[in-house]
Amino acid sequence: MIGSATARRRVLDVGFQISALAILCLALAALAALIVDVWRDGAPRLSFDFLTGFPSRRPENAGIWHALSGSIVVILVTAALSVPIGVAAAIYLEEYGTRSVTARLIEINITNLAAVPSIIYGLLGLGLFVRTLGMGRSVLAGASTLALLVLPVIILATREALRAVPPSIREGSYALGATKWQTVWYQVLPVALPGILTGTILALSRAIGETAPLITIGALTFVAFAPDGLWSPFTVLPIQIFNWVSRPQPAFQVNAAAAILVLLALLLTMNAAAIWLRDRFQRKLQ
Amino acid sequence: MTPKIRAQELSFYYGAVRALQDISVEIQPNLVTAFIGPSGCGKSTFLRTLNRMNDIIPGTRVEGRVLLDETNIYGPHVDVVALRRRVGMVFQKSNPFPKSIFDNAAYGLRINDLAHGRAELTARVEESLRQAALWDEVKDRLQESALALSGGQQQRLCIARALAVRPEILLMDEPASALDPMATQRIEELVYELKKTYTIVIVTHNMQQAARVSDHTAFFWLGRLIEYDRTDKIFTNPAEKLTEDYVTGRFG
Repeated sequence: MIGSATARRRVLDVGFQISALAILCLALAALAALIVDVWRDGAPRLSFDFLTGFPSRRPENAGIWHALSGSIVVILVTAALSVPIGVAAAIYLEEYGTRSVTARLIEINITNLAAVPSIIYGLLGLGLFVRTLGMGRSVLAGASTLALLVLPVIILATREALRAVPPSIREGSYALGATKWQTVWYQVLPVALPGILTGTILALSRAIGETAPLITIGALTFVAFAPDGLWSPFTVLPIQIFNWVSRPQPAFQVNAAAAILVLLALLLTMNAAAIWLRDRFQRKLQ
Repeated sequence: MTPKIRAQELSFYYGAVRALQDISVEIQPNLVTAFIGPSGCGKSTFLRTLNRMNDIIPGTRVEGRVLLDETNIYGPHVDVVALRRRVGMVFQKSNPFPKSIFDNAAYGLRINDLAHGRAELTARVEESLRQAALWDEVKDRLQESALALSGGQQQRLCIARALAVRPEILLMDEPASALDPMATQRIEELVYELKKTYTIVIVTHNMQQAARVSDHTAFFWLGRLIEYDRTDKIFTNPAEKLTEDYVTGRFG
């Protein structure tokens, strides 16, 4: 009797393993098919001229430097705006905030904000940054909008990372006569840093692929220059891709595929940076 | 002898639960005082009221007074940060910071601004590591991570870290309960050495340990202090029946 029960459990175990593997393969196959398809269409079009060129009515002359540099500048400004505010907010909520009703309400709101569709942030950005604050359709307005979009994600990721720091480390620090700020700055933050970095870069990776909020605030779909400052008009890669895909000429579709490859490369670079940074800091801690 | 610490009718609450009830006790300087009792009896809670570590747990409340050199540490103008510098603590589970051995020992000096210049910092780190009987084992690898040390070494590093700021009192919360017998013995020898300089309060589960290392012993039971006397008296001729039952292993 015992033997047959064990055998059944073993079959179930193997069965579960196989089905999990199959599902994983399915997910990877979909991703691979997507990449192969885009690669076939776009790879021949990739060249130095394509990366450094500007938009043109003739698809074979068109490049993406304006959109690529726009994406990079916008994401850097987004990071500069959202990371300090997000991390500081999370530190306050996690380390200083009390467990009051207000704190609970703020917590629930942040969680909900992280799930709000990005186009809503676009509308907010249009009303607040573009019109009320008079930023116009500038890099600053776009980056501010994206910063609002990623802020809840950064706050949540940072809080998770702070919460994962063992209480014994805090106690050890307090017991030596450290103030709250010293404990947070010298002990808690360094331990939480890998988690904060990973969460932040993943949030920014999401922002770099956003189209809807930027179109809503009126980022231009045709810009023939790279942004030259915070107040410059701009476009970003996803908008350029959207623009090209909607053209009837097949040659523009090829450009779109090539631009997608560039965007993917940018994304993968950011994710790789996240992993590299996390490993580096974790190794430093051990 | 004037007592170093005097608790007067101290009660402690976790929310509505009273964990300590009217504890009054006098702890003498340069002696080792052991707190014994079954799990949940309040001995650790009481230890943590002596450097106000319980303050960081939300929803707790203290009644009564704890006098440290005649000053109530729960008085209105007490600087908790300064208090914890005078009353050091070593925890049950060794908790070295995930930094180098040197940085662990130097942390208290740095945050309290106690060492001026690199030379003094290095000297005081060495002094504390020597006091904790760890120097010979780590002097060649001070820049290595503290997490690479063995459990017993980590605990001695935590002791060194606490000693570096030159506290007057050292609170030890079951410092050897997670260690093997050899490492435990080293900690006990260390306690014996350290009492020449410091006032030591040690919580322990292990009655032989209390008998070996302490001069005075307090027996706690259900949040009350049942008996407090010289250690030899507690273990050979206790006044209370409950104490006798506990130290002879009849319960707990």
